[in-house]
Amino acid sequence: MRKYWHVINIGIQNNLTYRFNFLARAIFGLVPLVAILYVWKAIYEGNGSGSRVGTYSLPEMVSYYVLITMVDALTAVNEDDWQIAADIKDGNISQFLLKPIDYLWYRLCLFLSGRVTYVAVATIPLCLFAVYLHRYFMLPANGTAFGCFLLSTVLTALLQFFTSYAMAMLAFWVLEVSTFIFILYAFEYVASGHLFPLDILPRWLEQALYFTPFPYQLYFPVSIYMGKTSGPDLARGLLIQGAWVIAAYFLARFAWRRGIRHYSAVGG
Amino acid sequence: MKSEIRNPKPEETGHASRITHHASRYLSIYAALWKNSVAREMGFKGNFLLWIVVELLWFGLQLSFIGVLYLHTEHIGTWTKWQVVMLIGASHFIQQIFQAFFLINCTNLSELVRSGKLDFLLLLPVNTRFVVSLRQVDLGAFVNAGSAVALMAYAARQLHLAPSAGQVLGFLGLCVAGVAIHYSLMFLLASISFWTVRAQGIVWGYYNLFNIARMPDEAFRGLFKIVFTFAIPMLLVSNVPVRLLADKLASPRPILLLLGMSVVCFCVSEWGWRTSVRRYTSASS
Repeated sequence: MRKYWHVINIGIQNNLTYRFNFLARAIFGLVPLVAILYVWKAIYEGNGSGSRVGTYSLPEMVSYYVLITMVDALTAVNEDDWQIAADIKDGNISQFLLKPIDYLWYRLCLFLSGRVTYVAVATIPLCLFAVYLHRYFMLPANGTAFGCFLLSTVLTALLQFFTSYAMAMLAFWVLEVSTFIFILYAFEYVASGHLFPLDILPRWLEQALYFTPFPYQLYFPVSIYMGKTSGPDLARGLLIQGAWVIAAYFLARFAWRRGIRHYSAVGG
Repeated sequence: MKSEIRNPKPEETGHASRITHHASRYLSIYAALWKNSVAREMGFKGNFLLWIVVELLWFGLQLSFIGVLYLHTEHIGTWTKWQVVMLIGASHFIQQIFQAFFLINCTNLSELVRSGKLDFLLLLPVNTRFVVSLRQVDLGAFVNAGSAVALMAYAARQLHLAPSAGQVLGFLGLCVAGVAIHYSLMFLLASISFWTVRAQGIVWGYYNLFNIARMPDEAFRGLFKIVFTFAIPMLLVSNVPVRLLADKLASPRPILLLLGMSVVCFCVSEWGWRTSVRRYTSASS
């Protein structure tokens, strides 16, 4: 166990070297968000005061985007998949085959340290942002909702990480994985609720999305926080989310095992 | 040199011929760079096609967002659905043309500085900014620009627009100004890599700002509008050309503003580049 703490520690130190990069990313990332909020505000004003979009009032819509940004900061994989793919392509994983350290746990530790650093750096702009919008910002529906929200956020992070890990395993077979990563990311971006709340979609489309893992990669915890998912739906949703995490974990393990058989240690 | 010797009046015609000589020399260099890029892209045909798919997917995704927005409203400011579709098409067109010529080169600059490869480019007997900016051409982006044009044509039909030749030419001219703005700002940011080695993140961060260019300008107000009109003119880049094409211009002022800002941005980026190069200390051993 101790060796993994070391990995986390080193990961944090490594990431801190790029703190300016993280800060730039966090600040630039807020700009399109602000732009989207302006567009929503114009839409609400055009529709008349007190109007709703789906079940959302304007303050709820603003809260939705702020929450999405926060959960995203806590859970998004940003460079891990590229790094894993590069490790495989350049033959760097050879050393992990020889050492008593498991590559998946090793990467998970690095992912965690990356998130810790990112959150530490991004907290300042994010908090300023939340304070700026405090008139609109909602508190969680209730204590249970908040607890489940935290649990679900952790599951979201794991689901995102295992999915990206499994995806990066493609590097065993193809030279250039970035296109595949971007294709998956495009689906995640729209179907996980990044661009707009999923429940303003036509009902059938929203229902269909729930058969994919995408809503559980971002939208689900936010819907818990806002009290849109509660009671039996909440319990069932958490179970399904857990099931997706386990499925993604096994997929990642399976892909790794098949990949290793294919692996020829280029340059290692 | 030769033409000067042969020329009886070097002050007048000599100057002109030197310019054409320069231009043809740079054109032939650029042709060689194109040939290189084509050869490189054709080495990975599958990948080349996949990137086009990726871009198409993201393009469709932006459209789906607009589709969802307009499920819940009739107009944003005075912008109707098909006008916004046209705006997205124009914004994509400008972005893809920028990407075709400049984007990879801007993101590569920090790598050139970090690895010390810039040395070789500085030593070449051509303008360094020219080689650095135009070294690679992204051919797939032309295909994607084509899809943007197709979308704009479709949107124009939905709007029953029949733009005159003058409007289309004006539109293209304004697109060039938009590309110049994107390029100047991105190149300016890339020059930061002379100060901090890892500027790639900053450059990709700027890429986020492109999102603003495809949103209808009337939604914005206050400080945000001022900053993104006069400092980082994202709200002009594609809104103004589309307004020209869709008869949404009340006065020629926005056109002049866009043209003016493109000149300002280019001058600032040239100044930034020169200041930065002076700081360059080679990284190679």
